[in-house]
Amino acid sequence: MTVSRTTSYAGIAVVVAVLPLLLDPYWTDVFVSIGLYSVLALSLNIILGQAGLFHMGHAAFYAVGAYVTAIANTMWGVPVLWAMPFAGLGAALFAMVVARPIIHLRGDYLLIVTIGIVEIVRIALINNVFGLTGGANGIFGISRPMLFGFKIAKPVHFYYLVWAYVACSILLFRRLENSRFGRALNYIKEDDTAAEGSGVNTASYKLWAFVLGAFWAGMTGTIYAAKMTIISPESFSFWESVVLFAIVILGGGSNRGVLLGAFLLIGLPEFFREFASARMLAFGLAMVVMMIFRPQGMLPPMPRFYKLPERIRCITGKGGDAAAQAGGGA
Amino acid sequence: MEEFFQQLTNGLAVGGIYALIALGYTMVYGVLKLINFAHGDLFTIGAYLGFTLFTAFGLSGLVSGPGGVLLVLVMVMGLVALIGFLLERVAYRPLRSSSRLSAVVSALGASIFFQNAVMLIYGAKFQVYPNDIRPSYVLSIMGIDVPLVRIMMIAASLGLMLALYWFTQRTRIGAAIRATAIDQGAAKLMGIDVNRVISLVFMIGPALGGVAGVMVGLYYGQVDFTMGWVYGLKAFTAAILGGIGNIPGAMVGGLLLGVIEALGAAYISIAWKDAIAFLVLILILIIRPTGLLGERVADKI
Repeated sequence: MTVSRTTSYAGIAVVVAVLPLLLDPYWTDVFVSIGLYSVLALSLNIILGQAGLFHMGHAAFYAVGAYVTAIANTMWGVPVLWAMPFAGLGAALFAMVVARPIIHLRGDYLLIVTIGIVEIVRIALINNVFGLTGGANGIFGISRPMLFGFKIAKPVHFYYLVWAYVACSILLFRRLENSRFGRALNYIKEDDTAAEGSGVNTASYKLWAFVLGAFWAGMTGTIYAAKMTIISPESFSFWESVVLFAIVILGGGSNRGVLLGAFLLIGLPEFFREFASARMLAFGLAMVVMMIFRPQGMLPPMPRFYKLPERIRCITGKGGDAAAQAGGGA
Repeated sequence: MEEFFQQLTNGLAVGGIYALIALGYTMVYGVLKLINFAHGDLFTIGAYLGFTLFTAFGLSGLVSGPGGVLLVLVMVMGLVALIGFLLERVAYRPLRSSSRLSAVVSALGASIFFQNAVMLIYGAKFQVYPNDIRPSYVLSIMGIDVPLVRIMMIAASLGLMLALYWFTQRTRIGAAIRATAIDQGAAKLMGIDVNRVISLVFMIGPALGGVAGVMVGLYYGQVDFTMGWVYGLKAFTAAILGGIGNIPGAMVGGLLLGVIEALGAAYISIAWKDAIAFLVLILILIIRPTGLLGERVADKI
């Protein structure tokens, strides 16, 4: 942990904490969305950013989590937040089943297959699979979450709930990145033949990256279901996955990059509402231009260093400062 | 039997469209090892350009029978080929030497751009092709009624595929395309201008995709701006099914997928029609990633 990273996170935390005092309910709601997309993109980042697996079906895991929550809550009366771990487990189990046979596919093929999966999930939800998902209309009447006897209903309540969740996620994912697991994923991303050669069980690590990312996306689905109180298959279309993918890629794959990406892709369009129809056009163009001029994304992860000579540490420390300032600006 | 035959011809007609689009994917993949995600949207652009030309001609009364349709098809081919050429220049050529992921993201960006450009120009509602162009005549083959437009579509797609096959196998430029697909470096050493070959591929593929767009407009009578990505994904499935990078494979894969989908929709469930194609995609990648006639795409672990 460098000083710059701590300060930049402290800066973000302070801004996030006081922001609702300055915002009307509409904008608070926008920031709730930014928070939700941040967590989803952070969970996708394990798969796409850390392990380098082109996964464009994240909305499928998110959908499984949201539907597990909605079904548990409306049919069996399980309190929403109690459903959260089950939503996570449901999504993780689903990921384990669908990812196992496709994990060995090369880059772009994995991408296409994951698109196929997200579409199959959406069609299954529309066709009211198992008679549980309510067809094209979805499920409504999901109750508000209760936390220690306090009912979370207003946008500002959700704001703090979601951003506290974002903070927990970042904290945990940072630990994960530096763990044996995280290092193994990075090795696989850089060169999976070499990783395999050094005794890293690549297939197993890739699968666990999927399962973990899905678990977190599933839990985020719970909060989404609780916030919307109504969910339908159209909320989990292919485009949600594209947006999440773009957040991670344009953000650059670091945790702060993901936050910045979520802000730019979800928050910024709200400032240009009068150009609403043209904003996707600009979004597509930005993706092309970004790949030509800065393919590593806005805030790529800093190079790791573990007990390197003093000279090298100074150089990377400087790089960290510049990145931290950009992150603090978001 | 009647039902089966109807679904079979319908499947072949739709499969011909998939095959034409799949050829664009497979040719680009052959020379660049890149999945051109914007290809489905070039197909949409073709469909909309066809719509514009038909309505424009319809108003001035120039469309008279098959000649007019042919003229429109040729114009759409030219225009979409131009867009494909520009797409490669702007979005793909600068990324030739960078990582695969960059090219994929750039392709996705181009796809989003095209889709929204079409929406902004033509509006979010679907557009209806003029009614009077398509022949309403119904042929009776062995006592079974088949719409003439269906037979014309099958014939047109087969004709274009044969022409392309002849072009790649029997002409000098076709040989250059095949050589570039096998080994770019060696092709360069043999004096082939690889950049021109790639540009050419990015014109032929979209031209065929554009024709497929017009054919969809004629067959179903309407087009909408989001149709590109569903057709694109299915055509890609077709390309994988036949073996990506393999031109006859794309043709076989397209026709086969069309028939599987039509029969699946008729005999299994119409509501799961789109899911069938994606299921085929996943199964083929798991069971036989090389496709029916193609090269290997999966890494061994």
